[in-house]
Amino acid sequence: MTTTAPHEAAGTAAAGTSPSGASPPNRPPRRSFLPDRIRRGGLPYLLLLPALALELLIHIVPMVIGIAMSFKQLTHEYIRNWGSAPWAGLDNFRIAVDFDAPVGRALLHSFAVTCGFTVLAVGLAWLFGVTAAILMQDRFRGRGLLRALFLTPYALPVYTAVITWSFLLQRDNGLVNHVLHDQLGITDSPTFWLVGDNSFWALVVTSVWRTWPFAFLMLTAALQNIPRESYEAAQLDGAGIRQQIRHITLPALRPVNQVLILVLFLWTFNDFNVPYVLFGKAAPEAADLISIHIYQASFETWNFGSGSAMSVLLLLFLLVVTAAYLLVTGRGRRGEHG
Amino acid sequence: MRRTRMAAVAALTTALTAALATGCGGGTALGGGANNDSPKELTYWATNQGSSLEADKKVLGPELKKFEQQTGIKVHLEVIPWATVLDRILAAASSGQGPDVLNLGNTWSSSLQKSNALLPFDAKNFKKIGGKDRFAPAPMAATGAAGKDPAAVPLYSLTYALYYNKQMFKEAGISRPPTTWDELVADGKKLTKDGTYGLAMEGGNPVENAHHAFVFGKQHGADFFDASGKPTFDKPANVAAVKQYIDFLANDKIAAPGNAEYAQNQSVRDFATGKAGMLLWQAARTSLQAHGMKTDEYGVAPVPFQSGGTDGRRNVDSMVAGINLGVFQNTDNVDGALKFVKFMTSTEEQRILTTKYGSISPVLEAQRSKPRDKDEAVQREVLAKSAAPLPQVPDESQFETLVGGAMKELLADAAAGKKTGTAEVQAALTKAQQQMQK
Repeated sequence: MTTTAPHEAAGTAAAGTSPSGASPPNRPPRRSFLPDRIRRGGLPYLLLLPALALELLIHIVPMVIGIAMSFKQLTHEYIRNWGSAPWAGLDNFRIAVDFDAPVGRALLHSFAVTCGFTVLAVGLAWLFGVTAAILMQDRFRGRGLLRALFLTPYALPVYTAVITWSFLLQRDNGLVNHVLHDQLGITDSPTFWLVGDNSFWALVVTSVWRTWPFAFLMLTAALQNIPRESYEAAQLDGAGIRQQIRHITLPALRPVNQVLILVLFLWTFNDFNVPYVLFGKAAPEAADLISIHIYQASFETWNFGSGSAMSVLLLLFLLVVTAAYLLVTGRGRRGEHG
Repeated sequence: MRRTRMAAVAALTTALTAALATGCGGGTALGGGANNDSPKELTYWATNQGSSLEADKKVLGPELKKFEQQTGIKVHLEVIPWATVLDRILAAASSGQGPDVLNLGNTWSSSLQKSNALLPFDAKNFKKIGGKDRFAPAPMAATGAAGKDPAAVPLYSLTYALYYNKQMFKEAGISRPPTTWDELVADGKKLTKDGTYGLAMEGGNPVENAHHAFVFGKQHGADFFDASGKPTFDKPANVAAVKQYIDFLANDKIAAPGNAEYAQNQSVRDFATGKAGMLLWQAARTSLQAHGMKTDEYGVAPVPFQSGGTDGRRNVDSMVAGINLGVFQNTDNVDGALKFVKFMTSTEEQRILTTKYGSISPVLEAQRSKPRDKDEAVQREVLAKSAAPLPQVPDESQFETLVGGAMKELLADAAAGKKTGTAEVQAALTKAQQQMQK
């Protein structure tokens, strides 16, 4: 706390004869182009500056433009000169949330489908991830190989992986029906997986297959931090496997889970690639995820104002959910530590 | 330790985002209207016409070289797959950064015309490319709204035709291709047995569905838009039209249920491999050959009409399908671009390109030669006599998405054994119409 404003004003030239006395002995008196205060308090900000500028450029500015677009009647007539599109006020939003009218009802339906899909997909991905991570915590022969195998879906490019799924799920020539219908005879007739109601399950399975390795990877890393001694002590006290998992493993994974579930939720809720590659531009109603729905509302029908309004609503929803989630889980954690 | 690691991560992220940001740049510089700032270069976006993007590059490459020799203008070619063409054009229009000359599906002409993204072909520009009357009237009708300067000129024309398997027809005792839908259904039923079907449908592809809806609508005396451009999707005649198409799978059962999810041209494969006896398609020759079907194994006929009276029904059995050639409003080589349009629509180039792609030339002079095959003979006749352009209204693309999408759902329902009667079709079309926001 030696630096003060007058000292600052004196500049580096006066540093040697500073009235506050000699500088701390462990800090050599070197010349610097940065004033002291900035060097101490501002350095982190200075280092963050490039990231901040790019963040502004790549995320914030497009977001603000998107929000501005949502208040405009931006159709194909105006795409060459966005500025000339007439202001629509809240009309785009009104249409999007008017759940008695067809457009709003379709959006609500899509939102409900997405919520159901997200809960199922994130839940299953996490469950598979945590199960596999715990089972593979102890060394055994072939562990490395299995780990590598489990991570394959995560390492494959989305497009390649999902297009493979779309081949597997074809009704007449797909492997899934070949096994279920032709070989096992479980179904009376071949099932449609890519159109109709079953498409929802096709989407859940593909999404879980794609995301669970990430959960597995994160949780495996987190498990490395749990000291062996805790388990040994628990065993001495007579705790079984189930109790060990409940009282040692899961509490220790809590901080990781907090972030992991949030990230999986955001990824899954916003997922565009999987449904787009699986179903094309017109997703079946049962699997009409919100990102595809918004894409269709703007690109396929050339109504970018309306699409932007829906995106803004989606953004608000995700912000609220994320904030609430962080608040709730964060409070729990603070209570634990204090 | 932790600090340094975070700093490293931050630095890496910054570097990556910077790389991404610069990677997005490039292309023609943002500018006002058309100008001649870079007279020695052109960028050309071609849509995918051949069996693959590579095949297109091989077809177009030598022709572009020829153009370069004649004019000294180097053409940078990019062949764009169909799935992304419209998105790319919209992105180009909104950013002002795009090609100089581009291909577009002719059904988008009037939407793009309204967006002002394309250089209008007024009398002056038409003069530079050799005049408007060089082109056939039907494809010219699909270049923008009536009464306005066309947004583009026709490049390749196509029509739907009925392809039929000669051997399967012979075995089923059918002597000639059907000329009415009643005959087609009757023939289809004869062909449907032991795992083979009468008709192959591309039911999971909304665009194909919408094209058929248009033709059936015309044959029922209905349009999907009224004179003022308002949608009339759920008019009774349109409901009947869509139902007639859905019924091939639902009621007549002359198409395999699995067709409901076909969206990657599996119907062409099924026809070529003898799983179905008939196919409604545009210029299928090259695709059929790619699947191993020889040209003498299939016959080509015009798409059937309705049987019975012609009260209010129009003599239409195909849309005017095709590709238009447009000049981007933001081009910085407008003279070169027009020279290139003139070159691509010249009689000689038209003969070369349409022969390779199996399409019909919209240039009258190029049509005068003898048809190269039965495919072209039928398509030329249909184009001249019974093809109509899809509605030239700005909301046309919404019609394709919404009505075609509704038909996809209906076909899926039919395939799953659910009822798809008049009431269901009516409900689906009403819902589609309500999605039109204005």
